[in-house]
Amino acid sequence: MALNTSEKLSQLDQLFHDHARQSSDEVRDHIVTRIYQSSQELTNTAVERSNKKISWIDENLDKIVTSKTFGFPIMFLMLGVVIYLTIAGANVPSEMIASAFAKGEDWLAVLFTWMHAPDWLYGILVEGFYRGTSWVVSVMLPPMAIFFPMFALLENFGYLPRVAFNMDRMFKNAGAHGKQSLTMAMGFGCNAAAVMASRIVESPRERMIAILTNNFVPCNGRWPLLILMAGLFMAAGFTGGMNTLVSTGVVVGIVLFGIATTLVVSWALSKTLLRGVPTHFTLELPPYRKPKIWNTIVRATLDKSWFVLKRAVIIAAPASLVTWILANVFVGDVSVLEHIAGFFDPFAQALGLDGYILMAFILGFPANEIVLPILLMSYLSTGSLIEVTNLSELKLIFLDHGWTWLTALNMMLFSLLHYPCGTTMFNIYKETKSWKWTFMAFLLPSAIAIIVTFIIAQVVTGFGWV
Amino acid sequence: MTKNIALAGNPNTGKSTLFNFLTGLKQHTGNWPGKTVVRAEGQFETDRHSYKVIDLPGTYSLYSNSADEEVARDYIIFEKPDITLVVVDATSLERNLNLALQVLEMTSNVIICVNLIDEARRKGITVDQKKLSEQLGVPVVLISAREKVGVIELLKTIDQMADGTIETCPYQIAYDNTVETEIEALEPKIKQLFGDHFPSRWIALRLIDGDQHLLDALKAYIQRSSQIKSDLELKQGGVSHGA
Repeated sequence: MALNTSEKLSQLDQLFHDHARQSSDEVRDHIVTRIYQSSQELTNTAVERSNKKISWIDENLDKIVTSKTFGFPIMFLMLGVVIYLTIAGANVPSEMIASAFAKGEDWLAVLFTWMHAPDWLYGILVEGFYRGTSWVVSVMLPPMAIFFPMFALLENFGYLPRVAFNMDRMFKNAGAHGKQSLTMAMGFGCNAAAVMASRIVESPRERMIAILTNNFVPCNGRWPLLILMAGLFMAAGFTGGMNTLVSTGVVVGIVLFGIATTLVVSWALSKTLLRGVPTHFTLELPPYRKPKIWNTIVRATLDKSWFVLKRAVIIAAPASLVTWILANVFVGDVSVLEHIAGFFDPFAQALGLDGYILMAFILGFPANEIVLPILLMSYLSTGSLIEVTNLSELKLIFLDHGWTWLTALNMMLFSLLHYPCGTTMFNIYKETKSWKWTFMAFLLPSAIAIIVTFIIAQVVTGFGWV
Repeated sequence: MTKNIALAGNPNTGKSTLFNFLTGLKQHTGNWPGKTVVRAEGQFETDRHSYKVIDLPGTYSLYSNSADEEVARDYIIFEKPDITLVVVDATSLERNLNLALQVLEMTSNVIICVNLIDEARRKGITVDQKKLSEQLGVPVVLISAREKVGVIELLKTIDQMADGTIETCPYQIAYDNTVETEIEALEPKIKQLFGDHFPSRWIALRLIDGDQHLLDALKAYIQRSSQIKSDLELKQGGVSHGA
């Protein structure tokens, strides 16, 4: 006799009702115990171990890198070394790429004159697209090609889970889940992926905290901007090796500020909107593995650098076209571009930025890696046109538009704290299935970014430090 | 016909490395527990069959503790892959077998892949393939996905299982008398509801454990299949009217 659907459903409910032991954990405990016992028996018969071969690294490394005394200093030292090598190593190749592009521009100029090309075509293609792309490639490619492989080597060696291990307790104290330290560490690579990875956090409350606070650590799309700004502006008073050291210190400081913000916001959320007691868990440390060094370097350089650069250049092409047109179409005495920037300017100035920067952040919503290209494009099309020859001229572009160290600092902070990129927002909606929380994920960081940069700008200008 | 292979295992046991090797894809791998949280899919072919591979999220258990555990469990139960490859870490076999035993309660078409065998050897750990296979009642293959050791044997075993030439007899965990009696009482009733479509012993155990998530998933399944059936009848009815 076949049952119909509702009979089946009610019978299943009845079975569950009759047999489920919901009130006690006794059955679950018994089941789990039996599984553990069986695994142990099986292992005892099938596995043989001789203890002679435990390496020094497995034995002692974790005691050092996760120790209470050395854990954090080692973490900052590692981060510092990676960023120092990036800043120190990127200058020479950046100069080389820039001068190669400059030669190319000379040839293009000859070509365009020979073809009797009209001025506007030269303007769009060479002064807009070619020059903009040259800057983007020469300032972004070298740091990425150094930073990403080093980061990937640390990841594959197994160091990043140790970072998470060190941070675990701080997250628990903030009322969040210890595993959030893992998703945060993943955010250093890509916030969109880290938001998805928050599925490893079991409780919905703690998972929401992990999702809402993930963008406070810089992702691949934002590292180049931070490194470039620190290198150009934050150590102006120093020369040589000292300059690099100070720039490194600034980037590490920005990262620390991001981690501190993550913890403070997590704490605030767990005391207000997402109240509750943190659940317990034990973070397991994977074994250290010798990374396949060559493979990792090639993969990280090619895949990641190429990915970020591609997105930047793909946007640079239409952006250069649009900005060139906006900058050359005049309403009254002023170009359309200046009208738009002028609209944002009063608000942006209060944050220590300018209208162009804010516009770049807004247009950069689809992906963080295009903020810098858009900004450069609009600066190049308005200021005196500067041919790409060396990097100190890049700084001139910014100085021409009234930049000070405060502008650079607040641009770094705004980039660190502002709303997540389009892809991340999309993932947040997919993971939370709630417009309310997705909007919250937009509102919360934006408000923090505005408040922090506003306070810093007002204090610095109030005291007359710039 | 394409056969489905599900890759299951604890986090950070090299599932993604094996996945990349089998499918020739370049999914990001990393020494990082919890890296794969979404299902990745790929394909490969041998001389005998073509396969679709599904890389399930790495989990420590298959109870309804978190979203990623449910994804992995629901796939094995409701999508019924032709073969489930359980990837276990040779350097910590005891902990990894917990998951393998749970999978064996759910399906009998299982191959156990003992991965990272090179690392285990360096640490002085030897795994007895034959003994383990006899005990578990399913094929066991020792591999190193990174160094591509043992993969030929793995592919051969996969082909054999797809051919149906491997007889398995999965290890069954015996529970205490109260639980076993209850399972015995429940199993026929579950068979009445689902026939042999689901592993009735496992379903019984989950119901006794009070697994609300599974109950909901099963109810959704009943509704779904009745919907499909009535759609089908409607279609057939329409045709016969027209004739």
